[in-house]
Amino acid sequence: MPSTHQDSTILTRRTGLTLLAPTFAFIGLFLLFPFVWVVAISFTDRTLLGAAAADPQFIGLDNFRQLFDFDSWMRSGEFGRSLVLTVYFVIASLIGQVFLGLGIALAFHRRKGFLRETIFTLVTLAWILPEAAIAFTWTSFLDPNGTLNTALGAVGLTRPDWLLDAPMASIVMFNVWRGTAFSMLLFSAALGNVRPSYLETADVLGANAWQRFRDVLLPMIKAQLATALILVTLWTFNVFTPFLLTQGGPAFQTDIMAIHTYRIAFRYFEFGQGSAIAVIVMLINFVLAGVYLFALKRGEGAR
Amino acid sequence: MNARMAKWFGALAVLSFAAAPVFAQGSLSVICRCVEGGVNAEMVQWLKDDVFPAFEAHKAEQGETVTLELVEFGGSDEALQQQYALDLSVGTGPDVLAFDGFWTPDFVEAGYIQPLDQVAGDVVWAWDGWDHISEGLRELIGFQGEVYGLGTGTDVRMIFYRKDLLEEAGLEVPWQPESWEELLADARQVRDALDIAPLQLNAGTAMGEATTMQGWFMALLGTGVHMYDFDEGVWIGEHPGILQALELYDTVYNEEGLGDERMQLVSQGRDQSFGSFRDGETAMLVEGDWFWRSVMAPGSEWEPAAGRDEVVGWAKMPAVEPGAGYAGHDFVSISGGTGFALNPNTADGELAWELLSFMFSYDMQMAYQEIQPRIRIRDDVPVTGDPEMSRMAEELLAVSTVRPQLPAYARISEAAQRMTERVVSGEMSPQEAMEAYADTLESIVGADNVVRAD
Amino acid sequence: MNLVRFVLARVGFSAFVAVIAAAFALPLLWLILAPFHDQATLSVSLPTNPTLDNFRAVFDNQFAVRALFVNSMIQAAGAMVLTTLVATLGAYALARIHLPGRDVFVYVLILFSSVVTGSAAMVPVFLLIFRMGLIDQHLGVILVFTGGLLPVALFIMRDFMQSIPRSYEESALVNGANQWQMLRDVVLPMTRSGMMVIGIWAFVNVWGSFLIPFILLRSPDKMPAATATYSFYTEAGTPVITLISAYALLYVIPVLVLYLFVNWKYGFQFFGGIKS
Repeated sequence: MPSTHQDSTILTRRTGLTLLAPTFAFIGLFLLFPFVWVVAISFTDRTLLGAAAADPQFIGLDNFRQLFDFDSWMRSGEFGRSLVLTVYFVIASLIGQVFLGLGIALAFHRRKGFLRETIFTLVTLAWILPEAAIAFTWTSFLDPNGTLNTALGAVGLTRPDWLLDAPMASIVMFNVWRGTAFSMLLFSAALGNVRPSYLETADVLGANAWQRFRDVLLPMIKAQLATALILVTLWTFNVFTPFLLTQGGPAFQTDIMAIHTYRIAFRYFEFGQGSAIAVIVMLINFVLAGVYLFALKRGEGAR
Repeated sequence: MNARMAKWFGALAVLSFAAAPVFAQGSLSVICRCVEGGVNAEMVQWLKDDVFPAFEAHKAEQGETVTLELVEFGGSDEALQQQYALDLSVGTGPDVLAFDGFWTPDFVEAGYIQPLDQVAGDVVWAWDGWDHISEGLRELIGFQGEVYGLGTGTDVRMIFYRKDLLEEAGLEVPWQPESWEELLADARQVRDALDIAPLQLNAGTAMGEATTMQGWFMALLGTGVHMYDFDEGVWIGEHPGILQALELYDTVYNEEGLGDERMQLVSQGRDQSFGSFRDGETAMLVEGDWFWRSVMAPGSEWEPAAGRDEVVGWAKMPAVEPGAGYAGHDFVSISGGTGFALNPNTADGELAWELLSFMFSYDMQMAYQEIQPRIRIRDDVPVTGDPEMSRMAEELLAVSTVRPQLPAYARISEAAQRMTERVVSGEMSPQEAMEAYADTLESIVGADNVVRAD
Repeated sequence: MNLVRFVLARVGFSAFVAVIAAAFALPLLWLILAPFHDQATLSVSLPTNPTLDNFRAVFDNQFAVRALFVNSMIQAAGAMVLTTLVATLGAYALARIHLPGRDVFVYVLILFSSVVTGSAAMVPVFLLIFRMGLIDQHLGVILVFTGGLLPVALFIMRDFMQSIPRSYEESALVNGANQWQMLRDVVLPMTRSGMMVIGIWAFVNVWGSFLIPFILLRSPDKMPAATATYSFYTEAGTPVITLISAYALLYVIPVLVLYLFVNWKYGFQFFGGIKS
């Protein structure tokens, strides 16, 4: 990092703040305000339809009490169940994305050429192509007569109706496909910074592939690994795209947090209840973010 | 200014004139869940070919130019309701809204729609059409005695069956089961003879209100109870009838494989059930008369290859046993009503009402009847051209009942859908599902407004 | 022994690459083939009578064409310009003036944004845009996107800024330029590639997003392509698959072109960026 102690010689504080003013305005309006509003509304019974739309009432912690009603919260379509489903979804996606991304980055470490370009392009396209178009190709991919089953049939495997028989596995598969590029690019950039001489030394010492990875590469990419883990966790926690595949069903089996919140707020129009869920989600996210910052600080201290 | 810019400014000028109703000009937009060549195509045809040209000509005679626009909404009923809620909450939206009657209370309480005479003035009551619309039917799009729109018509529900399949399985056609026991016995016979899951009774949240109307109510009413106790003014959360109706679902989908529960769960399930009936994979499908007059209409995508009139028959839905149905009936049905409401944010309420009442004039309703014969709300407009539709109206309106027109209904209906889903998917037993339903009811309307078993 | 190991490694590598390639390419196959079928279904097969009729039919649909070529363009381009501008100025200031806690600031913003941009925040955003009188306007959509994209844009831009040697700016000041001239003549030209990256990234993000325009826009003639494909899907309950696939292909082309452009020009990778 460049030194910071002589900053003010180039920009006066006044010009700097002027340049920052639009940034602060956007952050205030579109990040801070929604945050404060969601917290405030979570204590009311505000709705979009019905009497509470015209005249919302302060109801204290009732919304939260209802979320954590332990008699019913594990039923299908309820908050607790959604939380559990989200945890499954996040952990499975996380393992899939980070390992696959790391695997691809390692496989093509210090390689160049057509093969690498092709794989990187495919994986990256999966990440950047628009979700609405992707939803269609995946609906066809997972169709009982779709590409996946055709491929499975060709090698003699069963042909399930994916979205009905294994909806959670389907959206995890989808999300891993969609998100691996981030880990792959991150790790391959990190591995690119490893000096070849380290690896040559390891070769000279007769290290095998696993030792080479564990003793030379892994320490070099530890920071990126932490970054990938936490950012992927946060993003996956809030991802809404599976809605386009399953609408949260069948029978609420893919009712992950973002879909659950959307349903409460924009299908039942229960803004108060939806905001209460959002507050809980934010708290969870902040804890995760705290872990991230903590890990980062420790990583920097260690260097 | 170059030529292209001139064109844009020209277009802008035209637009701004169109927006301001001066010089005896006006413009109105109508929205419906209807798509040319798709869902409710008959409504598009009626509006675009009959109503719009006639109304424009009618206004032209009075020296006024009116431009009419139809917004064809392609999403689901639920998506349309969502669109209205967002539109009206911020004071926009088309002038005339296709509207489902049961949405009314929620929209009224939120202050989003207003009675016709408040939108358009007292001129509303001067309309001669009122003489032909009975008091009861005026409330199709009404709440607490106020009228917010006009209903296109009402409907009834029944079991549609495939004559060819039933005959093949050795059943007599015309077919009419007299009790649930008979219904199940006949379904078993078809299942065993043809190796199909013959019966579909809608369940689950994916089908939305179609589950409540074509599924849950048809089962529940057969046990003699309703969702709501109209005398006491309370919702019925737990009741032996609810349990019995849930057990019917359990029998059909889980215990005996008489129905295909997969169609009840996936997001395009209702279309799949239409396709399955068309293709002869389903022999008995509980649906509304909409299924007959629109979905399977001759020439449409879902008409069975051998022709609707040749292979499709219908039977009344029996109560558990004769006399055990709601209000002591032998058979049951439930009626809803869709229609059109006025958007209170319209720039010209009087003109909007003029169009609405024009749509419901005798001539226009007769024109609609030619495109799609059904039960209309005007008593001077008979069901013409389709004897089956006439027979449905005759035999079922008498035993039919309606949904509680109350603000909480939409949420409670969703809770009922979820209850059926929990049983059909095997998540809960009927008893557990009913208890969970009662819990949800209490959280929506409060424990004081829910009856539970002791 | 070494030879065996070498062969095994080659075979293992090839198998791994083949599986990865198949896994990532197969889902896209339909998108490439279906639009050229005369009767597309959800299953994939080579078109026996390749046709362009589907594209012709798509171009006949005024609503869809307008969504793609007018509305999506306005919204994506608008958010691209605004995000790049605000982020560049803000990031420069963050890189060059001393504010207490500014390093943490950007991280906190990023975390905050990934927290607040979920579907829950749609409610206040909807009401905010309503209060601003921007419901059903392109500007409303553009502003909301800019707000959401800003933290990450700031993060990446600041990295660029820090890699610029301060000596250029110092010599400009010594030579009598004022701060604004220095900004215009020295800083902006040197950060052009960074701005390009941010701009394209913002464009691609907005181009693909569904929920924000879906909630904030009300009239069909302002809807972008993302929501137009959605309504294709549910129209009449039975998707017109031929048209959807053709439309979807048209819809992904701009993103594809931008990707190829970036890849050719810079190599698509993380540079310095998100590395702690």
